[in-house]
Amino acid sequence: MKSQVLRNNAWLLAFAAVAALPLVLPNDYYLTVLIVGGLYTILSIGLNLLMGYAGQASLGHAAFYGLSAYTTGILAVTYQWPVWAGILAGLALSSLVSYLIAVPTLKLRGNYLAMGTLGFGVIVFIVLNEATSVTGGPSGFTGIPKLSIGGKEFSSDLEYYYVVWAAVLLLFALSRNLVRSRMGRALRAIHTSETAASALGVDTQRYKIFVFVLSAFYAAVAGVLYAHYVTFVSPGTFGFPTSILLVTMVVLGGMASLWGAVLGALFLTLLPEWLRAIEHFDILVYGAILVLCMMFLPGGLAEGAQKAWDASLSLFRKKGAAAEEGGGQ
Amino acid sequence: MSERPHEDMYFHGSGISLRFGGVAALSEVGFQVRRNSLQAIIGPNGAGKTSLFNVITGFYRMDEGDVRLDGDLISGLPPHLVARHGIVRTFQNLEIFTNMTVIENVLTGGHLRVGYGPLDFFFRTPRFFREERKLRELAKECLDFVGLFERRDLPAGQLPFGSQRLLEIARALAAEPKALLLDEPAAGLNMKETAALGELIRRIIDRGITVVMVEHDMNLVMRISDRIMVLNSGRVIADGTPAEVRENPTVIAAYLGEEE
Ligand SMILES: Nc1ncnc2c1ncn2[C@@H]1O[C@H](COP(=O)(O)OP(=O)(O)OP(=O)(O)O)[C@@H](O)[C@H]1O
Ligand SMILES: [Mg+2]
Repeated sequence: MKSQVLRNNAWLLAFAAVAALPLVLPNDYYLTVLIVGGLYTILSIGLNLLMGYAGQASLGHAAFYGLSAYTTGILAVTYQWPVWAGILAGLALSSLVSYLIAVPTLKLRGNYLAMGTLGFGVIVFIVLNEATSVTGGPSGFTGIPKLSIGGKEFSSDLEYYYVVWAAVLLLFALSRNLVRSRMGRALRAIHTSETAASALGVDTQRYKIFVFVLSAFYAAVAGVLYAHYVTFVSPGTFGFPTSILLVTMVVLGGMASLWGAVLGALFLTLLPEWLRAIEHFDILVYGAILVLCMMFLPGGLAEGAQKAWDASLSLFRKKGAAAEEGGGQ
Repeated sequence: MSERPHEDMYFHGSGISLRFGGVAALSEVGFQVRRNSLQAIIGPNGAGKTSLFNVITGFYRMDEGDVRLDGDLISGLPPHLVARHGIVRTFQNLEIFTNMTVIENVLTGGHLRVGYGPLDFFFRTPRFFREERKLRELAKECLDFVGLFERRDLPAGQLPFGSQRLLEIARALAAEPKALLLDEPAAGLNMKETAALGELIRRIIDRGITVVMVEHDMNLVMRISDRIMVLNSGRVIADGTPAEVRENPTVIAAYLGEEE
């Protein structure tokens, strides 16, 4: 019962942790790391809805991230749009493009979405590099303004940290509501048996398109937040390696688990920072840690954390019971 | 019952043909199922029984023919719309959602029984809670009905095979169908389980559901069916009461003869 209450209100704890964390950070550099970690969390929550829940793979998710980042940046700088308008355009464009990819590829059975998104990612990467007059080419696009809403500019890292993590909490809450609804059940049904799902009245095609566009929208939110934080975008941030990193975050964190998405994103953002101390060998150790995680935590970090939590709870309870017995004698 | 002749046409199909390349899986198949009755479909392996289910439920597109339920034209619709018109099925090779618990499977079966949209679940409106509560009651009732209530929180994949068959039935019942199509519900069950299944199917009919059952277990079929249709090589070779079918020389030659 107690653990149930704790579980249902875990998000309150998360809220408090997010609010208090900047107060205890050793230095401001960590604030930057946590902002980036927040962006990756948004990306991996969206991708987990698509991959972990509905079982549909996207191998080009970084392209939706990049598309919205470039769109809002270019509109603000080259076309002098107000920041909010560029942001809306960036979100709209990524969502629209994802819809245009989803409709033909999801009509076919099989892994056409994976192939389609893979190809799309490559195309976006080439365009960002080659359309130099618009995108700045390989050297990137500079001078993007900081985020400002209604005249309030979020220029300090601390302010931006709260903006990003407010977005994380909001999207996490909405996703949690989704997965605990009939749509969440329908997505998981599609994951194991599209046949049975459709026989029960689930419009599998429509649900797959919806969750794919939703996950692209999440990526787009991360993209606009990235552009107006770093104020500089370049193609390398949004290439194939980033798409693979996102997939790794989902799998490592735990498929069909929102907490897993958070853990996977934060772990893979922080790990390179921790490993920086051991120069030269960091890639090796990074790889080894990934392999070990996959071997010993097939259910992902989320399941590992859950087990550790349950184990410590039952240990605690046993101790409590033993103490009570002792007291009774 | 001649005062309600249309009842014979409650669930019916006619002229259904289906070809796979050169092979005719179904030729001019027709059926008429009375409301609230149990129609069995029997026939040797490869006779086209599952194909007929697949055609009715929209998984295969029939080359010719039409199917109606309660006046609605069903043929030509995709599976999810067939379900919307009140036809739900189970599968010969189980299609359980193994990534869910037992009750979650049944809640998914009630997908069409909840009336709320994205805004309701994203923002958890009162309507969301009301509908979910209603659905949960329905799911529990369906689980209780098939005898799986106690095991509702188990991962569905951990159920023994026989119980998984029952779970598929509970999941289908949660859709509150007008017609339920059961594809070999007794396959893989032991004698005791099969006897219980027979009781269960009669109780489903008492719920007001029309049942069509493909089944190889002749004892079961003869004992509980109202009418039996016999398919052989994609053609209907007999249709009648259990007694009539048992006496039918064509059937004995084509089907029963080789078994007994
Ligand atoms: N998807 C398909 N593609 C090609 N041929 C098919 C397909 N589905 C069924 N068939 C063929 O149609 C015929 C009827 O098969 P069906 O599965 O309907 O038989 P059945 O009566 O259900 O048999 P069983 O009792 O073994 O389940 C068989 O010859 C089968 O090989
Ligand atoms: Mg069959």
